[in-house]
Amino acid sequence: MLLRLAWRNLMGAGMRTALNVVVLSITFVAIVGTLGLLEGFNRQTSRAMIEGEYGGGQYWHPTFDPLDPMSLPDAHGAVPPLVRQQIDAGRATAVLIVPGTMYPRGRLRSAIIKGIDPAQRLVDMPTSSLAAPPGGGDDDIPALIGTRMARATGLRVGDIVTLQWKDARGTIDARDARVADVMNTTVQSIDVNQVWVPLARLRELAAMPEEASLVVIAQGEVPVDGGGWAFKSPDDLLSDIRQLIRSKAAGSAIVYLLLLFLSMLAIFDTQVLAIFRRRREIGTLMALGMTRGRVIRLFTIEGALHGALAVLAGAAWGTPLLWWFSVKGWTLSTMADSYGFAIGSTLYPYYSPRLVMFTMIVLLLVTAFVSYLPTRRIASLEPTDALRGRLT
Amino acid sequence: MDDDILIRTENLTKRYPMGGGVLVALDHVSLEFRAGEFAGLVGPSGSGKTTLLNIMGSLDVPSEGSAVVLGERVEALTHEKAAELRNRHVGFIFQTFNLLPVYTVFENVEFPLLLLGLPAARRRALVMQALDRVHLADRARSKPAELSGGESQRVAISRAIVKEPKIVLADEPTANLDAANSHNIIQTMERLNRDLGTTFIFSTHDDKVIRYLRRRISLVDGRVAADDVMTPAGPVGRT
Repeated sequence: MLLRLAWRNLMGAGMRTALNVVVLSITFVAIVGTLGLLEGFNRQTSRAMIEGEYGGGQYWHPTFDPLDPMSLPDAHGAVPPLVRQQIDAGRATAVLIVPGTMYPRGRLRSAIIKGIDPAQRLVDMPTSSLAAPPGGGDDDIPALIGTRMARATGLRVGDIVTLQWKDARGTIDARDARVADVMNTTVQSIDVNQVWVPLARLRELAAMPEEASLVVIAQGEVPVDGGGWAFKSPDDLLSDIRQLIRSKAAGSAIVYLLLLFLSMLAIFDTQVLAIFRRRREIGTLMALGMTRGRVIRLFTIEGALHGALAVLAGAAWGTPLLWWFSVKGWTLSTMADSYGFAIGSTLYPYYSPRLVMFTMIVLLLVTAFVSYLPTRRIASLEPTDALRGRLT
Repeated sequence: MDDDILIRTENLTKRYPMGGGVLVALDHVSLEFRAGEFAGLVGPSGSGKTTLLNIMGSLDVPSEGSAVVLGERVEALTHEKAAELRNRHVGFIFQTFNLLPVYTVFENVEFPLLLLGLPAARRRALVMQALDRVHLADRARSKPAELSGGESQRVAISRAIVKEPKIVLADEPTANLDAANSHNIIQTMERLNRDLGTTFIFSTHDDKVIRYLRRRISLVDGRVAADDVMTPAGPVGRT
């Protein structure tokens, strides 16, 4: 009954209801939109990192630490037997990492030389180009670099560049490499400062036979005993990025919390005004036999219905808008690439049912609570005062 | 208590704090109202008429003395019990009509029945019957803003009697109406009093109303100055 009465009152309020609902629906859609962008950001980055670098997880050599460049010269060793079996079965691929120097166009530049099996299909890289360098002689090492690296060094497909490294015995060696391909990837960690060469050549040149720094396993592959090599799941590997996204989400939360606050201020104001303007009506309701509790519930439901209507209105105009964005995506400026996320030039928002439901429930609960706050005055209101139009 | 007595007040006193002092709105008022009465509380503004009606309608409580309405001591009722008493047994008519503006005439009259939790079909029948009694069945779909003052007050009467209460309390019901409408309203209430046996108690200082009363209680400064039964020959004192 109260719902029906509240609905009638709400509809009777006309333009005031419409304005509140419009403001609230904008808040609803804006929150879903913002959170959807972050969710899309998270999914897109995670997918790119998994497909381009992490696969189904990685075994790390005991001394391998990607955040400590000084440890890299020692971060190599023989692949443990069980992991070796996964590689032989084509369910894993080894990567050998050797820090080195390159001399593009006569300039010195540090580089990470990475050996990978040209035949691998576990990570999304065009490593097949390492198998057959275009026009290269036997001595030239086929090399694969990313577009960022190519831009930074001025190298193009077919260019020769000298690579220098220190082998396992401590001998500094150097050899020319021919750029076999320039790959376009959103994953910066396989591009910037990276030179990919055939694993077998690097093992031979660095005197590290059958060794690797890390092993990537196929997505869905069950990890085995790494024999001292720590297994890092995709979740472990993505934890830093996700932490970063979480902190970005916290930052953007300020914006939508501010938006929510302003909307709630409108609801609060409406409720305060309604109780002030309708005090004689409140007195009449009490005279007709309504308890204070029921009057409070009636006004609270009225306020909370703003939230419900806003969700419906938001769904009506927000669904096509957000769907359009999710299909077309947001074009990012070239500056976005320098932020370090594997996003690419377009960000596709993702609006999960969980996200929409969560936002909807939060909006409804907050609206109901804010609607309730001013109605507490009714609890101390005497019917005779209300009928005289007085608030006590 | 005599079964016939619906309301009894004994030494009913109501004081309000006012500024630094106290205003005595009712001063030791002792009255009884029986079923089927058509009575009026008469007196100038500030004589305590509305305060007495409010206490008899369980909207307010006495400062001293007692008010027993349908066997319930008003001063002992919880807020919920008082609301229940009003909801079931007391109808109110206000000077300013107090119709709920966003509801239609039908919905305004239906409201007390919604609180009683009656089924829709029963509500509809009772509402149309009540509107028919005040000759407004054809305005059921109108909004209060579309009604004249007289029509609004007839809707308010309809709302007061729709649940067939034992008591209807009317606070200056004709104060906002012209002479013709005042007569019409009071005649309507008189007819309902006769047809339904409902007790009507008014507060008024309108001569047009006063001459329809069958009992006139004069209040002066919160005290009962006279309590007369009106006969064709003139008032006959009770107290």
